[in-house]
Amino acid sequence: MISSSSPSPVIDVHGLAKHYRVADKREGIASSIRGLFHRTSRTVEALRGVSLSVDPGEFVAILGPNGAGKTTFLKLLSGIITPTTGTAEVLGHVPWQRHDDFRRRFALVMGQKNQLWWDLPAAESFRLHQVIYRLDRRRFEQTRDELVELLEVGRLIHQPVRELSLGERMKLELIAALLHEPEVLLLDEPTIGLDVVAQHSIHTFLRKVQTERGTTVLLTTHYMKDVAALCRRVVVITHGRILYDGTLAEIIDRFTTHKIVTLDFEQPPSETTIASWGEACERDGPQVRLRIDRERIAETLPRILAGQSVLDVTVEDVPLEDVIADLFRTGRETHDHASDPRGEPA
Amino acid sequence: MSGSATLSREQLLPSWHGWSTMLSISVADRLAHRGDFFVGTLFRFLPIVTQIFLWTAVFSAAGSGLIAGYSRNDFVAYYLLTMMARSFSSMPGLAGGIARSVRDGSVKKYLVQPVDYVGFLMAARVAHKLVYFAIAAAPFSLMFFLCRDFFPPLPEATTIAAFLATLVMSFLLGFFLEATLGMLGFWVLEVSSLIFVYMLAQYLLSGHMFPLDMLDSIELTQAGFTLGDLVQLMPFQYTAYFPCAVWLGKIEGQELAYGLLVEAIWVVVAAAACRIAFLRGTRRYSAYGG
Repeated sequence: MISSSSPSPVIDVHGLAKHYRVADKREGIASSIRGLFHRTSRTVEALRGVSLSVDPGEFVAILGPNGAGKTTFLKLLSGIITPTTGTAEVLGHVPWQRHDDFRRRFALVMGQKNQLWWDLPAAESFRLHQVIYRLDRRRFEQTRDELVELLEVGRLIHQPVRELSLGERMKLELIAALLHEPEVLLLDEPTIGLDVVAQHSIHTFLRKVQTERGTTVLLTTHYMKDVAALCRRVVVITHGRILYDGTLAEIIDRFTTHKIVTLDFEQPPSETTIASWGEACERDGPQVRLRIDRERIAETLPRILAGQSVLDVTVEDVPLEDVIADLFRTGRETHDHASDPRGEPA
Repeated sequence: MSGSATLSREQLLPSWHGWSTMLSISVADRLAHRGDFFVGTLFRFLPIVTQIFLWTAVFSAAGSGLIAGYSRNDFVAYYLLTMMARSFSSMPGLAGGIARSVRDGSVKKYLVQPVDYVGFLMAARVAHKLVYFAIAAAPFSLMFFLCRDFFPPLPEATTIAAFLATLVMSFLLGFFLEATLGMLGFWVLEVSSLIFVYMLAQYLLSGHMFPLDMLDSIELTQAGFTLGDLVQLMPFQYTAYFPCAVWLGKIEGQELAYGLLVEAIWVVVAAAACRIAFLRGTRRYSAYGG
């Protein structure tokens, strides 16, 4: 195990790029017939030179809009695909060489039909994992029982996987991925499509497992709840490039210009008065939600409280979803600007 | 930059415990569809009944006791043995299944986990056959018992041993040929047409339709090179005709030893082709898709 006093990175990536060639096919019969004789394709730059270093035990969220390159990044780190250019080391191995020593030490969870046999109970797939990863029987049974208990799925592991719900399947996929106690866990949207209860249960589980085992986890997600609950570090990828790499708190600090202030007035003030404080984003009778410039909040709030009879007041950060959406938009605009051959704003 | 996967000894040769677990899980998976499997297995016997009626009609119309050196009894015995050989060498769903796993991406797990995909498919196929024989044993026995008079006397022990060896090799050959075909799914989106062409070639050139020595009389060149000689150059005969010919005593002595050797070489060639197709296919998958 790597010393915690001077940890060498578990994941070390430099200038990783991946370009795909995809068929360019127009709709319509005429186009299909033309396609028989003349095929056209274009190059998609899924990743354009990503560099990243992850220390042991970090829990990192990879965020980005659809098509940003998040899943491609996880596929590269797990060795499923080879990069066009760049280098990567995971646990001291080049992932796409797919050495068994490497494959025994990490796990990838990608979708809900990943590792489990569809027509068999998960217990059978777990048994197969014991063999594939050459796990000591006693250790395997102990780990399995612990994980099953943590996710409270004891009654489900003897039921054919096809009969389980989405959330139940994902829980069992996670157990399958963790049976061999991987040092690196790569999760591609593990809570997609799950209800709030299942999401919460998976958050608790991942947090506990990660804390106890010191597993390094990289997680792609579209749910900010996942990020807020699990990850201190956030990497935002847009258009195949890293746009931001830092803590969640820094994101909010760096990319928010406003605070949301909710006020409950005894007597609702006039529109003009409200406009003098900030931008009203919602109004419901005597309750008003305002966006107020962060730098003006310290002088605006006392002014409101001094001039009005206020029953209740709350001050919040802009919702994380909005911050990230703004960040994605910034990334897109930067990309569009860079892509414009005239070098002018599109 | 190397994208190639290196294979360790343990990947190619999983432990006995590994094999037995893969086998038992594959058996459980087969039995999950036991209804479909049971009906499919039983109805496989129907074509042989039609063949018996067909050749009975042909012989009565021909009014001759022998056609291409075969009596009616010989034909019936031949078809029953072909059915036996095909039950070893046919691999329903193997090529299509591999191609599907490439297309829907489920092949990814075999790249991520420390397991050899080809070895895994082999274990699953052995399990498939074990379940098949467990269900088919009774109807097979009944069929052979009812048709016992069509067969010549039981051959010598060495012939029986050679017959069993050909059956095992026909299983391996059928497996590797179809697995190689399935691996083409790494290059083309749809392999069903290729599977159809392969099945057609298999049906005509393996001896499944008629005994291949009937082709010896069709000369292709003036030098006496026959259609039978051409078919001999291909691997298909080892998946049906060859085992039957061994049991019926049509291939003996040095010719038998030579035939077994060539069959073994074909098995090695097909296994190598399958392995190369898998390694190249995964390299291509890694470079262009995934």
